[in-house]
Amino acid sequence: MRTVPSPPEKGPLPGGRSGGDDSASRRRGGELVGFSLHAAVPLAIALLYPLLPDYHQGNAARILVLATYATGYNLLFGYTGLLSLGHALYLGAGLYGAGLAVTSFGLDPVLAWLLGVLLAGTLAALVGALALRTTGVAFMIVTMMFAQAGYLSILHWNRYTGGDEGFVVPTVRRAAGVALDLGSGDVRFALALALYSCCLGIAWALVRGDTGRVWLALRDSEERLELLGHDPFRHKLLAFVLSGLMAGAAGAAYALLFGYVGASFATIQYSILALLWVLVGGAATVLGPLLGTALMFYLVDIVSGYTTAWLFVVGAVLVALVLLAPRGLLGTLQHRYRWRWLP
Amino acid sequence: MEFGPYLLLATLEGLLMAAVLALTALGLSLVFGVLRIVNVAHGEFYMLGAVSAWWIASLVAEIGISSPAVAFVAALLLAPPLAGAVAFAAERLILRRLDYRPEPTIVATIGLLYMIQQGVLTLYGPDARPVRAPFDLRLDLYWFGWSGYKLAVIVFAAVLLLVARWVLVNTRAGLVMRATEIDTEMARAVGGIDTRRVYAAVFTLGAMLAAVAAVLIVPIQQAHYLMGLDPLLLSFVVVIVGGLGSLRGTLVAALLIGLSDGIVSVFFAPTLAKILATLLVALVLIFRPQGLFGERSR
Repeated sequence: MRTVPSPPEKGPLPGGRSGGDDSASRRRGGELVGFSLHAAVPLAIALLYPLLPDYHQGNAARILVLATYATGYNLLFGYTGLLSLGHALYLGAGLYGAGLAVTSFGLDPVLAWLLGVLLAGTLAALVGALALRTTGVAFMIVTMMFAQAGYLSILHWNRYTGGDEGFVVPTVRRAAGVALDLGSGDVRFALALALYSCCLGIAWALVRGDTGRVWLALRDSEERLELLGHDPFRHKLLAFVLSGLMAGAAGAAYALLFGYVGASFATIQYSILALLWVLVGGAATVLGPLLGTALMFYLVDIVSGYTTAWLFVVGAVLVALVLLAPRGLLGTLQHRYRWRWLP
Repeated sequence: MEFGPYLLLATLEGLLMAAVLALTALGLSLVFGVLRIVNVAHGEFYMLGAVSAWWIASLVAEIGISSPAVAFVAALLLAPPLAGAVAFAAERLILRRLDYRPEPTIVATIGLLYMIQQGVLTLYGPDARPVRAPFDLRLDLYWFGWSGYKLAVIVFAAVLLLVARWVLVNTRAGLVMRATEIDTEMARAVGGIDTRRVYAAVFTLGAMLAAVAAVLIVPIQQAHYLMGLDPLLLSFVVVIVGGLGSLRGTLVAALLIGLSDGIVSVFFAPTLAKILATLLVALVLIFRPQGLFGERSR
């Protein structure tokens, strides 16, 4: 993946002789710092939340859901080096799966959410199995075309999907037999934070473990990995499906929390936004997607106050990033100051 | 209407679409073939051509020349260089600095797409605006009538495509382009070709071809800031189905898709036709990456 020059090897490889115990213990120390930092971020968000004005409290919940989507995208793009231009398909699958399950079938919200995630995961497995036969530019176009077909299907079967306008999901009041009032902003925030923290935890555990090491190796050289006896296709498919599942989880949560399902979430624009958020924050950094999502959310929010052409800013930031800071914010910090514990 | 005239009408409209599509897709295909990059902003150069055609035509009307023919010819001569100038600037300021690496380039051209599209929205506004056809001739056989301008577009596009082919095959410029396409390193080292200049020229030329197609279409469809998205998608379909970088394949695919579009739209809803087309592109790329008509890539 050449969009993002690979950061330096994170710590010595296991089994490296030089350094021995000393470097291993330093590694464990770094691990501890890194873990506390990543656990501290959701905690800090939770503590800051009551201090925020109403408007920003509402934004916080949205940003956390969208950051979940970006975190999933980062597993595929940042760590495995596969640039998909079609992740809006899985976001949309989660959104429509959960939304339709509630409005058309009257399912319990928890079941509806699971259904949305499952639908997204199934689609990701299908598309991934096909698209991963290609590489590079062909992979981008194939993923984009499948997502475009999904978006057009939403428009075509507008009798069920509401077409361009989408539909409103009634506010959830009970879930799994328990009273759960999603009309309250605080409850929405708590659920969004829980969702994001779960995905953050999963991402953190994966990329620090063997899976993450295999993904990074895949990004740098597929042939080398094959020589070492790993099956590249299996690992790529795993990353693809996991990122699709997280996108679906975010989409399904969005439908239930904010009560709106619309075709715009399935457009190619949302695939590109995921890429943008990850690039801004720093590809292949666990916290980068959250940072990128929050920054771009507020940048677009401010610009929309002045002009309807807010997408201009998206374009300009994309170009500036690939030209000037291909590593993104956290990636640049990680590289410049050798913050190796910042995965 | 009887079947005969109906089929003739569908064929002619299909040919018109194929002609315009072939010019647009040829631009995309040249850029892909020589620079090995996918220019996602290609549709925006098309849109720039259409919007500047409107702008030039209304300027001509403003200085008191009321002839639509003069306005149209002025637009045809001036709009493509304008779009080309934007493309040239983008190549110099962005693509060259990215070293034409395929993946960063795709991200950058996506950014470029948004910047051009939204820039035009700000300067030109959200309205669709027409340009008058240079002449108002109607072809009237006793059982069939069609716009003479549409026929002229088909002929003009066909001539341009022949010229493009001749330039590629018979001139030194074409030779230089083909040499760079086949092997950039070799062209630079052995042929002494300044490949960076070739890249800049081809990128500009690709944008100008799209702009010419747009000027031709603007008397039929109006100029609008979002009009670049459909030609982009269709050009992708044409270039991929025809085989990336294969000119003959591009032309055959443009004819096939232009002609079949009319027929497919008769049997399927237009959205369903688009769904099938996008799935076709995906499947072709997966199972026949060299395209339906292309040879195995070099």
